[in-house]
Amino acid sequence: MNTVAEKLLRLYETQPHSVVLHLLLSQEPDKTITYSDLIHGAANYSIGLKNAGIKPGEVVVLILQHGEDLVYGFFGAILNGSIPAIMPFLTEKLSPEQYRHSLIALIEITRPTAVITYPEFLGEVQLAIKPGSSVRKILISDRIISQSDISSSIFEGGLQRTPQDIVLLQHSSGTTGLQKGVALSHQAVFNQLDSYARTIGLDTSDVIVSWLPLYHDMGLIAGFILPILSNVPLVLLSPFDWVRAPAKLFQAVNKYHGSLSWLPNFAYNFCAQKIRPRELEGIDLSSLRAVSNCSEPMYWKSHQMFLERFQPYGLNPRALATCYAMAENVFAVSQGGINHPITIDRISQRGLLVDRVAYPSRNGEEYINMLSAGFPIDNTHVRILNPQQDQVAERHLGEIAISSDCMLTGYYNRPDLNDRAFHEGWYLTGDLGYLADGELYVTGRKKDLIIVGGKNIYPQDLENLASEVKGVHPGRVVAFGIPNEVTGTEDVVIIAEVDDDFAGYPDINLEDSPDCSRIKEEIRLRVTRGSDIALRYVRVVKRGWLIKTSSGKVARGSNRERYLAELTAD
Amino acid sequence: MTTDIMQVLSTYISTQILKQPARIILPDEHLLSNGLVDSFHLVDLSIFIEKTFNVLIDDTELNRDTFDSLAQLAAIIKSRM
Repeated sequence: MNTVAEKLLRLYETQPHSVVLHLLLSQEPDKTITYSDLIHGAANYSIGLKNAGIKPGEVVVLILQHGEDLVYGFFGAILNGSIPAIMPFLTEKLSPEQYRHSLIALIEITRPTAVITYPEFLGEVQLAIKPGSSVRKILISDRIISQSDISSSIFEGGLQRTPQDIVLLQHSSGTTGLQKGVALSHQAVFNQLDSYARTIGLDTSDVIVSWLPLYHDMGLIAGFILPILSNVPLVLLSPFDWVRAPAKLFQAVNKYHGSLSWLPNFAYNFCAQKIRPRELEGIDLSSLRAVSNCSEPMYWKSHQMFLERFQPYGLNPRALATCYAMAENVFAVSQGGINHPITIDRISQRGLLVDRVAYPSRNGEEYINMLSAGFPIDNTHVRILNPQQDQVAERHLGEIAISSDCMLTGYYNRPDLNDRAFHEGWYLTGDLGYLADGELYVTGRKKDLIIVGGKNIYPQDLENLASEVKGVHPGRVVAFGIPNEVTGTEDVVIIAEVDDDFAGYPDINLEDSPDCSRIKEEIRLRVTRGSDIALRYVRVVKRGWLIKTSSGKVARGSNRERYLAELTAD
Repeated sequence: MTTDIMQVLSTYISTQILKQPARIILPDEHLLSNGLVDSFHLVDLSIFIEKTFNVLIDDTELNRDTFDSLAQLAAIIKSRM
């Protein structure tokens, strides 16, 4: 079993009737899928792709909602030897123009040869395909023909692949994210799954429950590929349903005796705050042995909130776990809370912020409770580097660099990014942290990335959207994230300089003037409809307010600090 | 009465969701498709409606096909009161 196709087909041959998936979708009865169902469903897509002339090694973009078609389309592409890439589906608030723009960005760089989507979305996809495009075929989900018999010749494309070939692409959202596809090989995926399964003690008595989107590494690997390739049943809910009824996660755990789940930090707050008592009546959560906090900064308070709310329903405090992961390492870099409770490191706030060293806090000193992200998993090495890229001492802050046998093959068709991503064989994560007693703590970010609800948001995408608003001085916009303790994730703030026409306004009245109110409202609307976030906090300032670097670029970090300082002063 | 319901909803959305107390939401303004009420706040809105009006909005109704404006939402609430 050197490739995903071989592994899947072996599972099918040895245990065709073993249940691999319970699909829980709102307003539909729960659907149970065995390996036999999975291979038959996927085979229909493999044949569809093969008949359309889509060859092994070519990229297939899936634009489908969470559900059976997506599951079958994804594995059908792999069984054909093609490389699936899941594109987030259009949301209610996203403008179709912006979605098309994102799709064009994805197609331009990734050069897929096929797209699989719904009939009602065909027109939208066609609009994004320009003359001379790489896309040769659009497959429509409901026109995929059901085959009653499957022979192994169907999968010859998939079986031709070697462990070093790319098995899938994983993107984050927005124009920038969609142009930065993380390409992973079969071997890298297996190396991650083997190491991570050992770390969390995964076995076939486990049941994984997930509502996470499949276009995100946590959802795609931990909440999809890991269970399916490990013969561990997966209970899969849709993020669309979960965000409207978060209790569904716990109802699913109760019904299927879920033992493992992964959540971004905001979900701990969200679940603790937004579930009605009646929705939890009779729920038993004692089957959960690990709920891993992953994919955005983790807060001790979020864990406390979650525990207080769900311990009365049988949640074991030892089930709280942590994980530091990234698509570039397939998934996990480190994991905490499995064999030992999560280490909580009480460090001096001053040490962290001023000295950049995580000293344990002394009596009476202001402190921060840092949640450990655990020990690196056994195939991954972690180093902390200073700006000169030398290794720093224990407890000193620096950039987290990793090396493993499950690294990405590269950013797909982006040699420009590949060169910059590594230093002497170490992948530079752009995250900041420290090591103490072998455990990793993530304290912040060097890169200008915003993470909202576990989703990576590139500030330049938001700034470009805001720059299009009339009255905003083009290029003089800054977007950044600030932590929000109540929601357990980041709030996005945009500051925009207005054109010189506003020079005459007295400073004090600028923000309240009707013109500026209009500009603020338009920025909110344009960014909200053009990205994955809902923008609430906008400031409009006069020309010259924003701090620029020596090369004339808007300095995100400095402006963020200025904004926070003024907020505190108020 | 529908106007009163809309007023209560409007105040809730502008203060609690948008964090812009001065923001006035028009009866026909798009709530969901413009992201005024984003997906993270749909549950809050339904819990608020339940507490304030004693009216249940099912999670399967929290989409723009069911309501996308204050006027539509107020009509649903009124019909269930």
